[in-house]
Amino acid sequence: MRAIRTMMDIKVADLAPTRLKRVVYRHALVTRITHWINLVCVVVLLMSGLQIFNAHPALYWGQCGADADKPAFEIGSEESSDGKLTGFVKIGSATLNTTGVLGVSANPNGAIVERGFPRYVTLPAFRDLSLGRRWHFFFAWLFVANLFVYYVGGLASGHLRRDLLPTPAQLRPKAILKDFVDHLRLKFPHGEEARHYNPLQKFAYIGVIGVLLPTMILTGLTMSPGMDAILPWLVTLFQGRQSARTIHFIAANLIVLFIFVHVAMVLLAGPINELRSMITGKFTIYPEPGHE
Amino acid sequence: MSSFRLPRRRFLALGAASLGATMLGGCDPSDSPEIVSVLDSAEGLTYRAQRLLGGRHSLAREFSAADISPVFKVNGTHTPEGDEYAAMVENNFADWRLRVDGLVARPLELSLADLHALPQRTQITRHDCVEGWSAIGKWQGVPLSVVLARAGLLPAARFAVLHCADWYEHALDGTGKYYESIDLIDAFHPQTILAHSLNDAPLTVGHGAPLRLRVERQLGYKQAKYVMRVELVDSFENIGRGKGGFWPDRGYEWYAGI
Repeated sequence: MRAIRTMMDIKVADLAPTRLKRVVYRHALVTRITHWINLVCVVVLLMSGLQIFNAHPALYWGQCGADADKPAFEIGSEESSDGKLTGFVKIGSATLNTTGVLGVSANPNGAIVERGFPRYVTLPAFRDLSLGRRWHFFFAWLFVANLFVYYVGGLASGHLRRDLLPTPAQLRPKAILKDFVDHLRLKFPHGEEARHYNPLQKFAYIGVIGVLLPTMILTGLTMSPGMDAILPWLVTLFQGRQSARTIHFIAANLIVLFIFVHVAMVLLAGPINELRSMITGKFTIYPEPGHE
Repeated sequence: MSSFRLPRRRFLALGAASLGATMLGGCDPSDSPEIVSVLDSAEGLTYRAQRLLGGRHSLAREFSAADISPVFKVNGTHTPEGDEYAAMVENNFADWRLRVDGLVARPLELSLADLHALPQRTQITRHDCVEGWSAIGKWQGVPLSVVLARAGLLPAARFAVLHCADWYEHALDGTGKYYESIDLIDAFHPQTILAHSLNDAPLTVGHGAPLRLRVERQLGYKQAKYVMRVELVDSFENIGRGKGGFWPDRGYEWYAGI
């Protein structure tokens, strides 16, 4: 593939400035395979994670935390004297009524019950902590192995350095500001600019690949009493098992946020072209508009 | 071009197997026996990985007195049902005996006084419930290794089974009495103790009086309460539903280091 790309590059250079659309080879095979395996893993991990969370839908800071301790975040329910269930979310001292979605929602069989997250975002849909854990840990292993392949492949091929590391020019405040404004105006790069990730794109990808995903793994390991005995520094790093559980939850939420933005950007930038590039590797570059 | 088809196929195969499975809310196959048996394979991987990395000697963190939870949550059985246990509580467990039998050279019967006369260990450790909460408590008791050394293990012994006084459920198949089991690596681990005290007081009924297991590198459901008997076995196939514990019989991991 490298040879083909070089040929295309030469041909394109000869025609510069280009007004033709052209096809470039954008994503390596390792990137494409690991991307889709990662998607499956992250979806299963998020949904089974919410099943596990539902077993004790409260988060604490520090080494310990249980019913008698004050949670930093809590999804709960209250029953009024006439038997009506109200779901709520407590963050610090604020309380929100979330009946129907969080705290109180319908079971797969239609019965209104007390449950943290609703059935349509948990795996399995019905309440089963043990099964949720089985799904979670199987896909956690697959997720870690897949991420490892991506890291090794990305380091060996230079993908991480070449494609994800921002260039010094991209790190200038002016460039970041311009990119920020471009994003707000939903102005997507064309021509030569579209061949590289823009600064905010790089920050987002590095933030997920380099920070959020490793944080998920490390905080996940910190919740394992076996791993805490093997790597005691984990507990120190996250200031306790319950803090690690809280960070695990926050980082998972940030991953969900990333997925929403990521999918929105794909849809806005041209879903067929973007999706094809992550399946076949081929990406079409369109010429700059408005240049006569 | 063939190299392009691979990821697509793999994606589709994986997607169909798991992603799709989760989305079909109506006919949810997330608990089909075939899928669950594949998922279960992760437990062996986790067990081997943690044994390889931590081996016999890695220790659970021990905390200071200042870290002890103000309230240590009572979970599982609060009071074992039945007259037999009530009678034991009534006379302060004076007639209670811990039996140690199975694949041992010298079966034992130990009273609480006998256990207090053996070497003691005190540890302030964190208890992690499978549900997600944690509590820190100060446990005192006899290292299980001390008891097992007195009994003398036969070469065939592979697991220590803790038989308990409480029924956590009366299932139609006759099971439901609480029990748990650990391998010999955990049985001889220095922090594995048969605890008779929590926070400098004899165990309350809620916390498993008169004796409970502490196996500090595993989750709460392994910390069997109301221990009546330690049986050394080469297999737990014929106990309960054969998975090595009350909760493992009901889908939870036998190895609860995670």
